Amino acid sequence: MIALYIVAVIAIIISFIVDKGKTFKGLKMGLKKFLKILPNYLMILIIIAFVLLISEDFIIDYLTQNTIFIGMISALIIGSITMMPGFIAYPLAGILVNKGIPYMVVAAFVSSLMLVGVVTYPVEKEYMGMKATIYRNIGAFFVAGMIAIITGISYGEVII
Amino acid sequence: MTRKKFINLVVALSFALFIIISFIIDFDFGIRVWDNFLLFAKDMLLILPPAFVLIGLFNVWAKRETIEKGFGQKSGFKKYIWSFLLASTTVGGTFMAFPVANALYHKGASYSSIFSYVTAASLFMIPMSVMEATILGIKFTAIRLLSSIPFIILTAIILEKIFRKQNYKIPESK
Repeated sequence: MIALYIVAVIAIIISFIVDKGKTFKGLKMGLKKFLKILPNYLMILIIIAFVLLISEDFIIDYLTQNTIFIGMISALIIGSITMMPGFIAYPLAGILVNKGIPYMVVAAFVSSLMLVGVVTYPVEKEYMGMKATIYRNIGAFFVAGMIAIITGISYGEVII
Repeated sequence: MTRKKFINLVVALSFALFIIISFIIDFDFGIRVWDNFLLFAKDMLLILPPAFVLIGLFNVWAKRETIEKGFGQKSGFKKYIWSFLLASTTVGGTFMAFPVANALYHKGASYSSIFSYVTAASLFMIPMSVMEATILGIKFTAIRLLSSIPFIILTAIILEKIFRKQNYKIPESK
C-alpha cells in the first residue's frame, strides 16, 4: 500500500517535469473517475460489513460437516457470495485446514472468494457492463472449480 | 442517474442512522457491523486515491499504439504475458483491476487481455500470495497459481469469442 503511494508520487513528479498541462489533465481525470465511483465502493463496504458478520462461524460449521465434493461445491458458493480481505481470509483458511478440512475444499473457498464477486457487482458493472460482469463471474466460477479439483488431485484427496 | 444517486443516498443515510442508534442504545450487532466497516474501509479506500492518480496519468500518457501492440487483438500470446505481469503488480486485487481494465480496453486492449488481467489480478496479488504461503504452505500456493494459468487464458479466449460475436462494447467510464 505504501509502495503504491510512492509509485503514484514519483509518477506525478516525472509527469509534471515532462508536461505540466498533461499532468493536470490526467489528475483531473483521475479525480473525476474517483468521485464518480466512490459511492459504489462505499455501497460494497456496507454490504460486506453485514455479510462478514454472519459468515465466519457459519463457514467453519458448515464446511466441517460435508463430504469432499459437497464440501467443494458449498465452498465455491460461499466463497462466491462472501468477500473478505486477505488478512481475514487466510487465517480463516488456516483454521479450516487445522480442523481437517481437505485442501481441495479450502482451495475452492479461497479461489472463489478472490475470483467470483457477487458483492463487487456495483463496481464491476460500472466498468465492465452488466453482461460482461455476469459472463466473467461465470467464467471465474469455473476457474475456481478447476483450481480446487487440481489441488485435490495434487494432495491425493481425490483419485482419478 | 438521479434515481441511482437517490438510492445511494438513502442507503448511506439509513446505514449511518443504524450505526448511530446502535451506539446510543449499545446494540452489539450494529457496533460489530461498524467495526467491520472500518476494517474494510482502511484496507480498501486508502488504495483508491493513488490508484486513480495512476489511472488518470495512464489515460493521458499511454499511447494507443503501445497498448495495442502489447494487449491488442493482433499481439498474439504475448498479450497474456503482459496481462499476467501487470496483474501481479496490481495492488488491491479485483477491486482495482476493474477501472484499470476499463482504461486498458479504451486504449485498444482486447477482451481476452482484460479478462485474463482481471482474473489474474485477483489470484496473483504478490503480498496476498506470500501471506497464503506462510499460512497454508508453499505447495498450496504453487498449485493454486500454476493450475490457474491455463484456465484463466482458456476462459478469456472463450469470453472474447462470445463478446466479439455479439459486438459487445464495454461502457466508457467518465
